[in-house]
Amino acid sequence: MDGMLTLLVLLPLAGFLLNGLLGRRLGTGFVNVVGVGLPFLAFGVALWAWRTLEAGDGAPIVETVFTWAVVGEYSFEVAFYLDRLSAVMALIVTGVGALIHLYSIGYMKGDEGYARYFAYLNLFLFFMLLLVLGRSLLVLFVGWEGVGLASYLLIGFWFQDAAKARAGRKAFITNRVGDAGFLLGMFLVFTFAGTLEMDRINEAFAAGLIPVGVATAAGILLFIGATGKSAQIPLHVWLPDAMAGPTPVSALIHAATMVTAGVYLVARLSGVYLEAPAASTLIAVIGVLTAFLAATIALVQTDIKKVLAYSTISQLGFMFLALGVGAYGVAVFHLFTHAFFKAALFLGAGSVIHALNGEQDIRRMGGLARRIPWTFGTFAIATAAIAGLPPLAGFFSKDEILWFAIASGEGGALWLWALGSLTALLTALYMFRLLWLVFLGHSRMEPETERHVHESPVTMTSVLVVLAAFSVIAGWFALPQYLEPLLALPEVRFAWGGWHLLQVIFAVLLALLGLAGAAWLYRDGGRPADELWQRFRRLHRVLAGKYFVDEFYDRALQRPWRWVSDRVFLRLGDRLLIDGSLHGLAALARWSAAAFARVQSGSLHWYAWMTLFGLVAVLIWVWRYV
Amino acid sequence: MSDANLLLAVSGMLFALGLVGVVVRRNLLVMLMFLELMLNGVLLSLAVFTQLLGAEAGAVLMFLVFVVAAAEIAIAVPIVLLLVRAGRTLDPGSYAGLKG
Amino acid sequence: MSEASALNLLLFLPVIGGALLLLLPERRPDLVRGLSMLVLSAQLVIAAWLYLQFEAGVSGLQFETRIPWIAAWGVHYHIGLDGLNLLLVLLTAFLGPLVVAGAFTSITKDVKLFHGMVLFLQFTMLGTFLAQDLFLFYVFWEAMLIPMFLIIGIWGGERRIYATLKFFLYTAFGSILMLAAVVYLAFTVLSQDGTPSFAIADLYLLELSVPVQVLLLTGFALSFAIKVPMVPLHTWLPDAHVEAPTAGSVILAGVLLKMGTYGFLKLGFPLFPDAAQLATPLIMTLAVVSILYGAGLALVQDDIKKIIAYSSVSHLGYVMLGLVSYNLLGVQGAIIQMVSHGLVAGGLFLMVGMIYERCHSRDLGAYGGLAKVLPVYSVFFMLLTLAAIGLPTTSGFTGEFLVLLGAFHAAWPLYEQGLTYPLALASAAVLGIVLGALYMLRLVRRLLFGGLQAPEAQGGTLRDLSLREMGILAALVAAIFYIGLFPNDFLQKTEQAVIEYQERVLPERAAEGVR
Repeated sequence: MDGMLTLLVLLPLAGFLLNGLLGRRLGTGFVNVVGVGLPFLAFGVALWAWRTLEAGDGAPIVETVFTWAVVGEYSFEVAFYLDRLSAVMALIVTGVGALIHLYSIGYMKGDEGYARYFAYLNLFLFFMLLLVLGRSLLVLFVGWEGVGLASYLLIGFWFQDAAKARAGRKAFITNRVGDAGFLLGMFLVFTFAGTLEMDRINEAFAAGLIPVGVATAAGILLFIGATGKSAQIPLHVWLPDAMAGPTPVSALIHAATMVTAGVYLVARLSGVYLEAPAASTLIAVIGVLTAFLAATIALVQTDIKKVLAYSTISQLGFMFLALGVGAYGVAVFHLFTHAFFKAALFLGAGSVIHALNGEQDIRRMGGLARRIPWTFGTFAIATAAIAGLPPLAGFFSKDEILWFAIASGEGGALWLWALGSLTALLTALYMFRLLWLVFLGHSRMEPETERHVHESPVTMTSVLVVLAAFSVIAGWFALPQYLEPLLALPEVRFAWGGWHLLQVIFAVLLALLGLAGAAWLYRDGGRPADELWQRFRRLHRVLAGKYFVDEFYDRALQRPWRWVSDRVFLRLGDRLLIDGSLHGLAALARWSAAAFARVQSGSLHWYAWMTLFGLVAVLIWVWRYV
Repeated sequence: MSDANLLLAVSGMLFALGLVGVVVRRNLLVMLMFLELMLNGVLLSLAVFTQLLGAEAGAVLMFLVFVVAAAEIAIAVPIVLLLVRAGRTLDPGSYAGLKG
Repeated sequence: MSEASALNLLLFLPVIGGALLLLLPERRPDLVRGLSMLVLSAQLVIAAWLYLQFEAGVSGLQFETRIPWIAAWGVHYHIGLDGLNLLLVLLTAFLGPLVVAGAFTSITKDVKLFHGMVLFLQFTMLGTFLAQDLFLFYVFWEAMLIPMFLIIGIWGGERRIYATLKFFLYTAFGSILMLAAVVYLAFTVLSQDGTPSFAIADLYLLELSVPVQVLLLTGFALSFAIKVPMVPLHTWLPDAHVEAPTAGSVILAGVLLKMGTYGFLKLGFPLFPDAAQLATPLIMTLAVVSILYGAGLALVQDDIKKIIAYSSVSHLGYVMLGLVSYNLLGVQGAIIQMVSHGLVAGGLFLMVGMIYERCHSRDLGAYGGLAKVLPVYSVFFMLLTLAAIGLPTTSGFTGEFLVLLGAFHAAWPLYEQGLTYPLALASAAVLGIVLGALYMLRLVRRLLFGGLQAPEAQGGTLRDLSLREMGILAALVAAIFYIGLFPNDFLQKTEQAVIEYQERVLPERAAEGVR
């Protein structure tokens, strides 16, 4: 049906406007119906759109809404584009999104910004749908910036806490750095392809008429944008701080959907990257390094949400690793499974925080398994899924990534695989560490907190159960194969298929090793681990300090820029050079005026003498020269 | 030396005398009189040239200058009188403060 | 009523209004305000009507009037609308009523004189945009200084005398150079054509040698660059803004600064195309330096008005960057950016004025957490901030996106010929979007977020926006989003004139069909 995609996009926008304008006045009931109802409706429409797509002949559904601008021969149109890739994304966004909206009812209950919260969340959904459904890079960019805005508003949702407001600002600025790269990449692509519509860009690049150097430059610039949004090195620093927002926001925006936008972008523009092997290699290297480094940081974090944040960065690194070796479908597969188990983990963490009345430090938890069983059960399933235990979701997608890391004919390499596998081991280790420290062992809670521990309301636990169920089964959909008509899988380098089986077995062994290691190290509230770290105190400091990247940026970028602005621009430039020379001119004028003013003494005789001299001088001049 | 040259020399001397008088005397009224002397010196040269060149416009101009000079004196003398009433002296040096 | 007379009415309505204002008693400020509001609203209606009647894709002037004024010198009263001034006229007319409405409570001294000056200013600004005769342009350009000088000098803050003098000296200095160039042009026309003429259309056809062009462009460009303002001729702006009353700041940022960029667009570059091309690297450099320099300075200010003033320097850098790209994308973007900046900076200054009326401080350190007590105010402030940092769907994005795309588009062919510098500049300009977010979000965080702190606001006595204030801001925000979402109508109406601009400045490139 015509207008289906437009309707899908506009539903959350309507929610935003209604809640934003009327929510405060009409009360919680209204906010719930609009704020949660419309996302579910949008999910319904997304399903319907997907069915329509599948019923068709495989051609994408294109809906042109209006022409944004026509400049000379160039036309910028707002159009929506639904193929299997964007359909998968739209389903994830609306599906997980709707669930998290539902969960938020319980989590945000009684907050004075209740209506505002749902308005922002709906706004996010609107922009995210623009992002995944946009046909042109321009519409995608609108969504891209828009989700950044929603993220900024939601991170700083409790804006009266200056630290939280600062975290929002940091996220926005860091993303903007990426966006500058994105814009340049977009301009470059536009210069050569003459259009911003992504299907036509892919065609233009696939035709091979565009120089490899251009494809590489464009690919790298766009990837800079992706590193911003998807928190990859070197722009990963905002995501851990973004945990200042309400936990459902962390689950939706900073785990399941928005941060995967970079992955979507690269997969969507696979035509460009196929022409740019160097850019792809860079993506793979950045991806695997991010995955590894983030995992090492996650090992020592003590804030439950920070652990999950670094875990997200690490998992996103896996996705980029897959993208870099040309396995685009596999990256989307991991994106898909990750959305479920990471959302389940974050919402589980939210449930824990809710139960402990705001406590986030895992050193003051423990023994919660029996107190909040539903949360524990779902959290455990999701942990097993992310660690890669079969037959849960993460096992399938992560295994495929590792397989293509070594086997891909387009950039697969042994060291990528080795570092990826090591990261998989670390993943299992830090996730089970979290599980042990939070739920098992004996309680280390403050007595005051302990008395109030309670299981979350059913609106929250039911969402956890649904997400946990999907964390189990999501891996059973052969998503890479489903996407193959769009995103072909790379050729495999090895002739013997048995290698893949060996890799699977190895991956499972790694996950089990991680589980065993965590169980051994973090029994007794983690005393064995603490003793181990005693011996590597230096390393612990580096990891706990997150490799001091924040400090480095502060010293290398932020402070110098402020210094230059203040000292060079303001004091030297504006005040000293420009205004100084102006004031100098003014002073000169005043001084010379004062000097000449002396002549006017008021004495008539003086004037008469001067007249006389003047006369004589004129006479001499006339006599001499005329 | 022709009459014209003689008259022009007289005019120049009248002007110079007036100028020296204005410069050296310290009495306002006397200075005004020397000023008239300078004016008359110039007028005399004007009259000589008018006669020499036969330009009627020159004669008209002379009358104009007479009128202006009369008006000038008519204004200047009362100003001096007012100054004397306020300052009790004819020395222009004590009115230097009027420069503004 | 013929169409041309509608344009004349648009121009002279403030004069008529001013004459009527004289008849009103000084003791009735309400009547004075009402009359000014009425006059300027009528003007807006006429401007909107003219905009709707304006035909896209038609070359030359529309609604033209041409009457001999000083026949001996070939000076005409010659006004008309074209794609270059259309949107700026609309912007000026749009901001007029908002300025008066914004001054309802803040101006209590010499109300009649103030509104007279605003009307006078409106007349001269519209005249500058509409003038198609260089002499007329110059007269309006200079006349504009008088009311602005008085508005800052009479209703300004503590250091208003310093600020007005600085403003006056800067602009007068530029004007004198421009006057010299105008006189030279007039004599050249006389010697080339045998008849004197100041018609801009005639001047476009002049054949000038390159050195002469360079000299004349220098004269014009200095005058325009001071108005824009481009670094390093910008230091009058922060002082003038800080000391000006809200209405003055709004007009200054909203319309007056666009005089400079409009001058380049209408006169500077097309009159002296060869010199313009020679100067392009310099102007492009200064434009990018303005973007970064303004953004840097805005980051280290603690006076809210100064932050916005320096942000103007940064934003008008984009306009200049677009103008010297000489392609449709860039120039169209520059025009949109001019309008956008008028709305956004005008709105921000209005909002600063509103908070100043309540708390009597412009010091950022005195504020914090206003979002808690002034929710409506904060929403509007946030929206304007988003437009200022060029977030998509706002007018700021439309302008910046097209400008940057145009600059890149112009720089790339040069890069392929081995010239890296323009591309490096275009890329550096993109960094402006990061720095813009840096200082605007700092402002928002310090002002709206964090713990509650505001002078003279003990016990929650701070009033949120009144209906009048909400109306003003809602109009601005609606316009901002309209341009952000549906800029196409604007672009279509300006396109023909921009094509002709390109043909004049870069005839060879235009002949190749490169837009």
